[in-house]
Amino acid sequence: MNEEVNPLPSLEQDQTSEQTIEEIVASLGDTVGQPRVEDPKMSVSNVDVFYGDKQAIFGVDLDIANNEVVSMIGPSGCGKSTLLRCLNRMNDTIPICRVSGELTLDGEDIYSKDTDPVLLRARVGMVFQKPNPFPKSIYENVAYGPRLHGLNRNKADLDDIVVNSLKKAGIYNEVKNRLDESGTSLSGGQQQRLCIARTIACSPEVILMDEPCSALDPIATAKIEELIDELRENYAIAIVTHSMQQAARVSQRTAYFHLGKLVEVGDTDTIFTNPRHELTENYITGRFG
Amino acid sequence: MLLLIIFVLTSIAYVVGRSRAATLRKNGEQLHSLPRYYGYLTAIYTAVPALLLLAIWSASEPTFLKQSTVKTLPAEVQSLPQGQLDLVLNDIKNIATGGITQTADDPLREASAKHYNDRKNTSQLLKSIVVLVASILGALYGLRKIGIHTRARVFVERAMMTVLIACSCIAIFTTVGIVLSVLFESLRFFNKVPFTEFAFGLHWSPQTSIRADQVGSSGSFGAVPIFAGTLLISAIAMLVAVPFGLMSAIYLAEYASSNVRAWAKPLLEILAGIPTVVYGFFAALTVAPLVRDIFEGVGFEDVASESALAAGLVMGIMIIPFVSSLSDDVITAVPQAMRDGSLGLGATKSETIKRVVIPAALPGIVGAILLAVSRAIGETMIVVMAAGLAANLTINPLEAVTTVTVQIVTLLTGDQAFDSPKTLVAFALGLMLFITTLILNVIALVVVRKYREQYE
Amino acid sequence: MNAQEKLNTTEVVRGSLKRRYAREKRFRLFGLAAITASLTFLAVLLITITVRGLPAFKQTFIQLEVTLDSKTLGVGENPDINELRKANYNGAIKKSLTALFPDVKKRKDKKALYKLVSKGGQYDLQKRVMADPSLIGETLKVWLPVGDDTNSYIQGNIDSSLPEKKRRFKDNQIQWVDQLTEDKQIQRRFNSTFFERGDSREPEMAGIKGSLFGSMLTLMVTLLLSFPVAVATAIYLEEFAPKNRWTDIIEVNINNLAAVPSIVFGLLGLAIFINFFSLPRSAPIVGGLVLSLMTLPTIIISARAALKSVPPSIRDAALGVGASKLQVVFHHVLPLAMPGILTGTIIGMAQALGETAPLLMIGMVAFIVDVPTSLTDPATVLPVQIYQWADLPEKGFVEKTSAAIMVLLAFLIVMNAVAVYLRRKFERKW
Ligand SMILES: Nc1ncnc2c1ncn2[C@@H]1O[C@H](COP(=O)(O)OP(=O)(O)OP(=O)(O)O)[C@@H](O)[C@H]1O
Ligand SMILES: [Mg+2]
Repeated sequence: MNEEVNPLPSLEQDQTSEQTIEEIVASLGDTVGQPRVEDPKMSVSNVDVFYGDKQAIFGVDLDIANNEVVSMIGPSGCGKSTLLRCLNRMNDTIPICRVSGELTLDGEDIYSKDTDPVLLRARVGMVFQKPNPFPKSIYENVAYGPRLHGLNRNKADLDDIVVNSLKKAGIYNEVKNRLDESGTSLSGGQQQRLCIARTIACSPEVILMDEPCSALDPIATAKIEELIDELRENYAIAIVTHSMQQAARVSQRTAYFHLGKLVEVGDTDTIFTNPRHELTENYITGRFG
Repeated sequence: MLLLIIFVLTSIAYVVGRSRAATLRKNGEQLHSLPRYYGYLTAIYTAVPALLLLAIWSASEPTFLKQSTVKTLPAEVQSLPQGQLDLVLNDIKNIATGGITQTADDPLREASAKHYNDRKNTSQLLKSIVVLVASILGALYGLRKIGIHTRARVFVERAMMTVLIACSCIAIFTTVGIVLSVLFESLRFFNKVPFTEFAFGLHWSPQTSIRADQVGSSGSFGAVPIFAGTLLISAIAMLVAVPFGLMSAIYLAEYASSNVRAWAKPLLEILAGIPTVVYGFFAALTVAPLVRDIFEGVGFEDVASESALAAGLVMGIMIIPFVSSLSDDVITAVPQAMRDGSLGLGATKSETIKRVVIPAALPGIVGAILLAVSRAIGETMIVVMAAGLAANLTINPLEAVTTVTVQIVTLLTGDQAFDSPKTLVAFALGLMLFITTLILNVIALVVVRKYREQYE
Repeated sequence: MNAQEKLNTTEVVRGSLKRRYAREKRFRLFGLAAITASLTFLAVLLITITVRGLPAFKQTFIQLEVTLDSKTLGVGENPDINELRKANYNGAIKKSLTALFPDVKKRKDKKALYKLVSKGGQYDLQKRVMADPSLIGETLKVWLPVGDDTNSYIQGNIDSSLPEKKRRFKDNQIQWVDQLTEDKQIQRRFNSTFFERGDSREPEMAGIKGSLFGSMLTLMVTLLLSFPVAVATAIYLEEFAPKNRWTDIIEVNINNLAAVPSIVFGLLGLAIFINFFSLPRSAPIVGGLVLSLMTLPTIIISARAALKSVPPSIRDAALGVGASKLQVVFHHVLPLAMPGILTGTIIGMAQALGETAPLLMIGMVAFIVDVPTSLTDPATVLPVQIYQWADLPEKGFVEKTSAAIMVLLAFLIVMNAVAVYLRRKFERKW
């Protein structure tokens, strides 16, 4: 991708110097495509997010349904991670971050006073960009969530949960003989699958993944993608990715963001074969990003 | 005075050297370096050999003087044991410098003193001459070297490097000096008192050997009560410092807003910057009576006015900022990803801290605590002022105990009898102190270093 | 995973929430309590010291009419310096006291009366007369410092409702002092003695000038020795040293030295500088040597940090125009790192200023009245003075100790403030 031969002026570089982000965002127009689905698991309506005075998300609407993978794509800094982190209120940990609009899980507002972030995060799990196993044994890593929440009645229960989660995350066979070893001793791909197992162990309803494969090699990536496809049967999944191929491979619906605005959303097949917004097309065809 | 002359000579050498090089250059010679460097070169030749000579002479002068003075003394004085001979010599020196002496006027000593003065004057005169000659010769040699063949800048830079390297070796020399000074005297002590008695004896009363007026006689040098006392006070201090310091660090690193942090950290640093003698005063005057009143109030009897508890408490307070700032560094070094991972699974903040952050930071925290222990063991002023001299073997914090540092101070301040085990044992205690803290420090440093590498 | 199970998770988590939040709150409170407690200690410490020390900055004086006739003084006509020095000024003071209270006749009472004036009062007179011998024969109105007990009484530290036996200040003394106060012959003024005199056995005559000078001389030696050596070491280790076993040893060694108990440095000083090199005991030069070895690691560590923070681009740029490595360091890197190095140095000096234990080892703990003027004079330093005074039982010395601590802390605070200012001012974003 060469910026100089880019026929379309890069929005970020050239126009921001004259226009404010707000003006550019306004010029992007309404979201193209259908953000709503029937019977959504989570639903985002007209959400704005601010970091201090700086607005990072502009009026986004988006639904996430059960048994489907929604992928979020877009150039760096367009607010994908920010939106994802809103979905389980991880943004609460950033003091300057402010969220307005409505986000619901099973129809309940997750930013209302009655919703507890701890409970919410148990129900909406998250997998991070860089594998971040705790410096504990593999077993302890997976048992961490259930222990916290008291999900097991006894030790045998816990063993069951750990084994099941590791199996679901497709890593059990690789680690079954070394459950006592430190989680950090695994390879990057294994670590990421361990983190997924750790998330599954809390039996969440939704799983959020922020560029889960960006630190991994192609083989590990393939394994994780396979895993995501399997997990879809039981969970609603939202995944942020920089790889268009990955989005095409694992997701059913795709949302394209630009400068904090949801530009286009729709079936993955449609978006990749027949994008309707100019910016989406440019991005997908690799003309900028 | 001599130093001043050398300094002036050096400055002159610099100026002459530089101008000489400048002239050469004007005359079309291809000098290797700028004239300035030739100035430096000449200056180095002027100053360094002269200063070296001066240093060597000054260092060996006292020994020579001593020996030559001893020869003037009558034979029976010469055959006195080393310690008393030193006293006599001191007297002579005092007479020579016109100071006050302990003994009445004594013609023999007066004569020796005169001899001493004569020798001293001759020595000083000779010294001045030799040093000045060396300086001038050096300057001439330096001037002669100015020319095409001398690469002055390289020479000067080499000299600078030598100085830099020499300076970095001073740290090593310090350690060697410490080891030698405590080791030698300790060995002399262990010649007189067996090591096993020192290390395992339960009875400590070094003073008796003085009263018996017999070098090496049967004072008791069982150091166990002292070690026990040191451990007791250090343990109390750590019981205060670790929880308070650690919790402060956790609060500052994880909970406090940046505003609170900006205030609380410097305030804690003040606590760390207060000299220990101030803590000692506070302990002796305020805390110790308070401790006694409180515990006697609730029905304890015989609370010592210099209780281990008071000293330990205050020492703990002193160490709080030390523990907290070290742990603060360690805790903030734990990557945010660890916290995110835990919070993302639905852990509360305190659960995250207790189950993820602290375990992850544990090596670093352990290192910090080890350093703090080493500090507590080596702390002197608080215990000197607030803990007692009584070598009780007890674990009751309300009794008075004594520590290694207290004993070193008491044994070595005031009049010292040369060579008596009473003085030498202080060095043996110092050796123990040094070894213990060395081990603690090195373990702590290695642990912390490993820990840092892990997250870098 | 079926719906039943999911509902279950939610229920279980919700059920335990209250307990978990209670724990969270408790933990947070612990943290807050710990830091509040630590800061409270600081406050208590500072307040106690200040409350105790403040009175010492004022001193009580008594006005007497002293007749300096040569008979009482015991000097002849045209006395020489020596006679003037040895003259009986105390007698003159006693006489003027008896003149004030002519009814006092008994020996014991007279003794009590004389105690109103400090034993140091005679030195004040001595100083004045020796400066101006023509005063002999005159009658002067002079303000003289009062004795320790009188001072305590005036400060309200002696409870006059106690039975007479239980207090050091007796009924008749109280009566005299009360009368003098009524006659405006007793005054409290700024205590300049405290700053103008050396140590003394009498609390009202004791001052910190001697130890302050001792501290300055010692610190001067420390600074002159440790600063260049530390900077040179830091430069070598940071800029030139190859990464090998040897430099590794030096590094571990420096870090360890920073944590060696200070008293061990005192042992080093005693064994090496005093016993081996026969340097004088109690001298600022030895104190300075010991303290500079002690502060070296501190300065080295901060100097290295400062050097490290100078970005490599600056070195590359200077090397690029053909400067030698040494020139680059001395002309470009060192000036940029200087504020950081200075900050570390000031902090090291502050540490040295407050250090006591090693100086006890090298004999700076002697009772020294004179103000030291050279590096080999016997001297003491401020913290050691505090230590010595803290051991003395007189009420006046408790005050003096606290006041000396206040002076010491003031110095330390100023030094640290300068360090912080330097750090803030030269804080640079590269
Ligand atoms: N903690 C924060 N404080 C302030 N601003 C932030 C913070 N995190 C993100 N931002 C800003 O919010 C905007 C969106 O950031 P976000 O991390 O959501 O982008 P992203 O789409 O995930 O980018 P990438 O693909 O690089 O991960 C960016 O402009 C960023 O500068
Ligand atoms: Mg992102």
